[in-house]
Amino acid sequence: MESAATPHKSDLRKTPLNALHRRLGAKMVNFDGWDMPVEYPSSGGLIAEHKAVRSSVGVFDVSHMGDIRVRSGLQLDGALAAVQYISMNDASKLAIGQAHYSAMLYPEGTFVDDVIVHRLGEDDFLLVINAGTREKDIKWVRENARNFDCVVDELSDAYTQLAIQGPRAVDVLQKLTPTGLSEIKNYWFTYGAVCGLRNTLIARTGYTGEDGFEIYVPSDVETSEKVWNHVMEAGREFNIVPCGLGSRNTLRLESKMALYGHEISDKINVWEAGLDRYCKMDKGDFVGRAALEQAKAAGLQRILVGIEMIDRGIARDKYCCCNEAGEAIGVVTSGSPSPTLGKNIALAYVPPACSAVGTVLYVEIRGQKCKAQVAATPFYKRAKKTAAQQVS
Amino acid sequence: MAYPKNYRYTKEHEWVNVEGGVATIGITDYAQHELGDVVFVELPKLGSKIETGKSFGTVESVKAVSEIYAPVAGEVIESNGELQNTPETINTDPHGAAWLIKVRLTNAAELSGLMDAAAYEAYIAAKGKEASA
Repeated sequence: MESAATPHKSDLRKTPLNALHRRLGAKMVNFDGWDMPVEYPSSGGLIAEHKAVRSSVGVFDVSHMGDIRVRSGLQLDGALAAVQYISMNDASKLAIGQAHYSAMLYPEGTFVDDVIVHRLGEDDFLLVINAGTREKDIKWVRENARNFDCVVDELSDAYTQLAIQGPRAVDVLQKLTPTGLSEIKNYWFTYGAVCGLRNTLIARTGYTGEDGFEIYVPSDVETSEKVWNHVMEAGREFNIVPCGLGSRNTLRLESKMALYGHEISDKINVWEAGLDRYCKMDKGDFVGRAALEQAKAAGLQRILVGIEMIDRGIARDKYCCCNEAGEAIGVVTSGSPSPTLGKNIALAYVPPACSAVGTVLYVEIRGQKCKAQVAATPFYKRAKKTAAQQVS
Repeated sequence: MAYPKNYRYTKEHEWVNVEGGVATIGITDYAQHELGDVVFVELPKLGSKIETGKSFGTVESVKAVSEIYAPVAGEVIESNGELQNTPETINTDPHGAAWLIKVRLTNAAELSGLMDAAAYEAYIAAKGKEASA
């Protein structure tokens, strides 16, 4: 089951909660060089974890994510100018305490990484990046920010990051903080005491398509385990479960959130990935902008679509998409059974001519042509809150 | 979960139970545990031949596809159709209700090359130690 390319176990990086995951009996896997829990049999496994997040609440250790802080130097607007140049969304629109989805691009208009940009202060930004791209990202940020008057710090190892996700996440976390969480809007954040830890960053963000929070606490083992245990204790009445990377993947896939190395990469540009609404071409120059302008004029060769299987079979990463005649037309980037929908779903790059919802195509699964169709995305969208829930 | 004493086992975590020249084949409890929630099973057609050590089908969990390797050679005389609708039986009863196929054995002598329950249990115990090292 292990590939020859797997680094030796001792080379794998560990989060401060690694020992705790092992004590819980989690199944551990090598994820981009990190020894991470993929699922917890004690939670009932991947599908049970997925359903817990959709229906109630689950907690994820996402401390492998990286954190880059960009602050102004002597010139007050140095940080903003740098962030504007290295990311595609318009950070000038962010209020202090607000975050948004963005991406860092190569000059070709393809992805260095996607990123959540938090505006900590007028001249102070926190970029949360992927685990597998940490070194590459920090190097790239330093290189591309060097002409701006700013200070770039990597804080990745300073934080244990917990994602508390699901419709009851707010109820769980509220028990651990005096900060009024209902005041924090989606993709906003604040600082407050959590489990008595003052000035904890509390962000209403996540990667599950559900309401939820991500908190950033000091990364020593004792504090990390203490906070995890408090979250579990506070969540007991809501049947909270620890969740691994397996359910994190199925949850984000149902919500059509991109995963680096799959839907986005150094070979795929912003238009192809369908991330237009996070790319602000009129905000001024940024790395990748010129290439994107050309790419737009040239027209798209492929575009990311959702597909659902009609025939039996599960489309998976790298499987070939073909037409009725069996000619290759595209490739699957992520695929899985959807625990929420009870269908087999996938994301794939196909030619624009084949991208309309309802278009029939085929996925080659172990030599068999299996029928599928282009589906509306996101596959899953959480229900809008009712007025009664909003009050609570 | 106990490993039946009358079964034989492979290093790839299949089991085989031979009664009257017919071999029933499945995957072990260890294998289902490693896979996680099983959501899909693909089995060979009746009448097809399976060859020792070669893949004869697949079991898929949410996360991954796993090949199933034939512990012995033979002709498929039955496959467990129930698993199409309830693949999760592989997680709950891997050594019983979730048998995969029955084959008419080509060469009964092949069984002597497989592990008995005690040897298989020692084999997976050693794997467990490796994993936690």
